[in-house]
Amino acid sequence: MNASPRTESSAPIDARARIAALPLDQLNPADPERFFDDTIGYVFERLRREDPVHRSHSPVPGIDSYWSVTRYQDIMQVETHHDVYSSDGGITLLDFPPGDEQHLPMFIAMDPPKHDEQRKAVSPIVAPANLNNWRDLIRERTCRVLDSLPRNETFDWVDKVSIELTTHMLATLFDFPTEDRRLLPHWSDMATANKLLNPDAPEPEVRMAELRKMLEYFTRLWNERVNAPPRTDLISMLAHGPATRNMGPQEYMGNLVLLIVGGNDTTRNSMTGGLLALHDNPDEMAKLRANPALMESMVSEIIRWQTPLAYMRRTALADTELAGKHIRKGDKLAMWYLSGNRDETAIPDANRFIIDRARPRQHLSFGFGIHRCVGNRLAELQLKILWEEILKRFEVIEIKGEPTRVRSAFVHGFSELPVCIP
Amino acid sequence: MPKITFIAFDGAKSTVDVPPGTTLMRAATDNRVNGIDGDCGGNCACATCHVYVDPSWADRLGVRTAPEEDMLNLVADLRDTSRLACQITLDDTLDGLVVALPESQH
Repeated sequence: MNASPRTESSAPIDARARIAALPLDQLNPADPERFFDDTIGYVFERLRREDPVHRSHSPVPGIDSYWSVTRYQDIMQVETHHDVYSSDGGITLLDFPPGDEQHLPMFIAMDPPKHDEQRKAVSPIVAPANLNNWRDLIRERTCRVLDSLPRNETFDWVDKVSIELTTHMLATLFDFPTEDRRLLPHWSDMATANKLLNPDAPEPEVRMAELRKMLEYFTRLWNERVNAPPRTDLISMLAHGPATRNMGPQEYMGNLVLLIVGGNDTTRNSMTGGLLALHDNPDEMAKLRANPALMESMVSEIIRWQTPLAYMRRTALADTELAGKHIRKGDKLAMWYLSGNRDETAIPDANRFIIDRARPRQHLSFGFGIHRCVGNRLAELQLKILWEEILKRFEVIEIKGEPTRVRSAFVHGFSELPVCIP
Repeated sequence: MPKITFIAFDGAKSTVDVPPGTTLMRAATDNRVNGIDGDCGGNCACATCHVYVDPSWADRLGVRTAPEEDMLNLVADLRDTSRLACQITLDDTLDGLVVALPESQH
């Protein structure tokens, strides 16, 4: 995959110099523009070196002041001390006023014991026995999607491959009507949309109206499943599980949003990011073609490289110290996985994409500790099958222009990537 | 050097010799024993080195740590004999230790 129109412009180098010249206290990694123009890496590079646990202030009301944790080991420290660093205040930096209708309770944003109970209600769906059931289905759908791609014309990889495959997967997990599957990413976008963070986001009334439609739809499915014998789809599991069957509508919605965003924005962006990474590193692509046994370690490397969720937030439950900084009770912290995954002191050659690195699974993209991604093996399986089937079919996938990135400091991904398969 | 045997979910046995001071997790990953991933590198933060230990070894292994309990609480196939291999440091008193791997790690 060479000969592309993507060129190294001088813009990134200017951005690096500009970021290096800023006073430290003006570095605000949660600024979505840094993600949209892909200059966030320079901010983290500087913070890891000069101020690894960094206090900054966001002009966005509801974010205000927060800590950025940028080094691998400090992130691990926060992840493994959930008694001090709580998830109960939410997993993104933006706080909603108490009682706000936009607030959706979900188990990722809970502490034990409630977190553990609700997580255990859904985790069997991605247990090994079930993964084996999914394997053939995922392959069949992946083949169908790849075989239907246009040839010799430019199309959007995000829409036609990444979104298509991940929504099929979600529809399968929920046993959601296949013909309506595109409602899932639509609702996912609505759930994460926020006017305060993105001027292009829908108005709050529009958002809430769409989310009410989502709740209506899923309530219908719940009622169908709760009155039927237990089955192996997620909705049936929630409707019958002792820890989840008495959830109120907001909590049901919250957990649906969690599972949709968790299974949608993440793998989707690794599917696009992987294509770009292999395009930008043709030697690694050649390694893979020469030795397909590298597939599994490549998948881990793609997930590290992309880091589809840039951070998770924690809230300090008590005064504490982190890397010499005094953290006060109630302070918000962002564990920047995107930065920790580029930390050369923890991962050798962290700023290079290497599909056969020594310990490919030691990355932060799934988080660590009790909130570690419940669907990590399913995500890896989807990516593995995608690349196995790509290698069988296509000698080259040409990148026809720059990707458009998502304007978000949380979801680290792409909204469009023009490609052409000759 | 303690000699350790891992029994995979499908019954396959791997026996490895490791220097004292090695953790049970590293004993597996350094010798490419399938079924022990050790994603977090030994921070007791991923539960991918879950093993079952025969009760006859319990005295020599000590008890689960608090973080270990928290992580084990989330695994699919928890038993009374469950431990996380990264929390067990091997020495000569553990020579001959046999551990089995759960279904979720195969």
